[in-house]
Amino acid sequence: MTGELSETPTTSEFTSDEMMTVAASRSLHDESVCFVGIGLPSTAANLARRTHAPELVLIYESGTLGTKPQRLPLSIGDGVLAETADSVVGVPEIFNYWLQPGRVDVGFLGGAQVDRYGNINTTVIGDEYEDPKVRLPGAGGAPEIATSCGEVLIVMRHSPRAFVPDVDFITSVGYGRDGAARARLGLPGRGPVKVITDLGVLRPDEGTNELTLTGLAPGVEVEQVRAATGWPLRVAEELGVQHPPTDRELRILRELKATVGNGESS
Amino acid sequence: MARILQLDTAVAELVNDGDTVALEGFTHLIPVAAGHEIIRAGRRDLTLCRMTPDVVYDQLIGAGCARKLVFSWGGNPGVGSLHRFRDAIQHSWPVPLEIEEHSHAGMANRYVAGASGLPFAVLRGYAGTDLPEHTDTISTVRCPFTGEELAAVAALNPDVGIVHAQRADRAGNVQFWGITGVQKETVLASVRSLVTVEEMVDELPEQPGAVVLPSWAVTAVAEVPGGAHPSYAQGYSERDNAYYQDWDAISRDRDRFREWLDSEIHEPERSAR
Repeated sequence: MTGELSETPTTSEFTSDEMMTVAASRSLHDESVCFVGIGLPSTAANLARRTHAPELVLIYESGTLGTKPQRLPLSIGDGVLAETADSVVGVPEIFNYWLQPGRVDVGFLGGAQVDRYGNINTTVIGDEYEDPKVRLPGAGGAPEIATSCGEVLIVMRHSPRAFVPDVDFITSVGYGRDGAARARLGLPGRGPVKVITDLGVLRPDEGTNELTLTGLAPGVEVEQVRAATGWPLRVAEELGVQHPPTDRELRILRELKATVGNGESS
Repeated sequence: MARILQLDTAVAELVNDGDTVALEGFTHLIPVAAGHEIIRAGRRDLTLCRMTPDVVYDQLIGAGCARKLVFSWGGNPGVGSLHRFRDAIQHSWPVPLEIEEHSHAGMANRYVAGASGLPFAVLRGYAGTDLPEHTDTISTVRCPFTGEELAAVAALNPDVGIVHAQRADRAGNVQFWGITGVQKETVLASVRSLVTVEEMVDELPEQPGAVVLPSWAVTAVAEVPGGAHPSYAQGYSERDNAYYQDWDAISRDRDRFREWLDSEIHEPERSAR
């Protein structure tokens, strides 16, 4: 896997968000091509480039290919992304030539809601599209990232409001409302392979594609994860515990975070 | 050939009430000054198109210029929500706002179809999502060669396309580089177009790889130094991140927003460049 895991875990304090970012970073393999969104995915991808995956290729939807930002970008169109890219292309090109034909290995997505079949909602909260309880930013690049990347990693903070049985709106498809829609539609990518949260890791069950708890963050109990999940969460027979960050990961992550004013949103 | 105009003249001539208007620029080179001039000109009932309606669209919507928004991601990049946009959708303030919602890939392809003189574009998108159910300009088409079903999106041909660029010469030939989003497609898809530029020069420096819009493809060019602020123009200015952060507090409150409109947009000494 990664060189980091052979290193000794840190003895310093770390936050659950730091653990989540490090876990997300470790999920990225060297030399793979990654479509990155702003916020946690961008932090994790840039951490991976500075630790175990120096040849990781980063693509941002603003059209920057193979970018190597020296600091964390504040938005997907940050000037540092263009200045340090191998190439900069227009938005139609990034989606049509680079994402659509399957040139991107990993897509990294977050959202306001995710459901038991890995469908993501970033559009509206509430039953009424025309009269929503909360209007969210919308789709952005996510729907086509979810269908066309080789695989999708989802990173989200765990809470019952975010982890719902059925999303109010499918902005980006996981395995569909019944867990089988992805196969029916014949979508090119495999779909979500892992959901990384501040409490642990969920993966789709091999038979049903229902998200199942397969790993815990250090110090977290199964009941805590169940309480933060809006459906009766199934737990894998073999439940792992994440390796805490190493001193090196933590140091590099904190140095990275210090390079940007704030980082949320997309 | 493009006409070289002052910003206020260009907006007065090119943008009419009820028009479909696209101000594009992907984080970089956003034509913010042109947007402010549209507010100042008091335009109403506009259908505003933009992939990423951000702060300048929040301002246009809050000022009551828009009847409809065509978009794919509406937020304050790096900060959070657009409060004027939300207020218009959730509470119809100051006027109701209709929306037509796409993904980035869908919007980009709509401009490509528009620029290409085609009625629609084809992409592998939207499958499995709830977006087609709510958006009339998303449909499907069957490939005549393989029988595969694909997404189809209607061409977008705005009445007016407005973009910002680094520089132009006095004949109106435009040069821009860095993150170029859908700016070229927007100008080519639109019936009329306005390009605001950081700088107007006698002769364009050679810049291999720079995207050039020839004078004959553009309706008007206006010199507006700093016209992208608070976004940035690579080689000319940096993004004003504090402005985006400050906007969050200003836009949350209707009264604070009105004060902002009065002092920053309508105050006499600020009008007419």
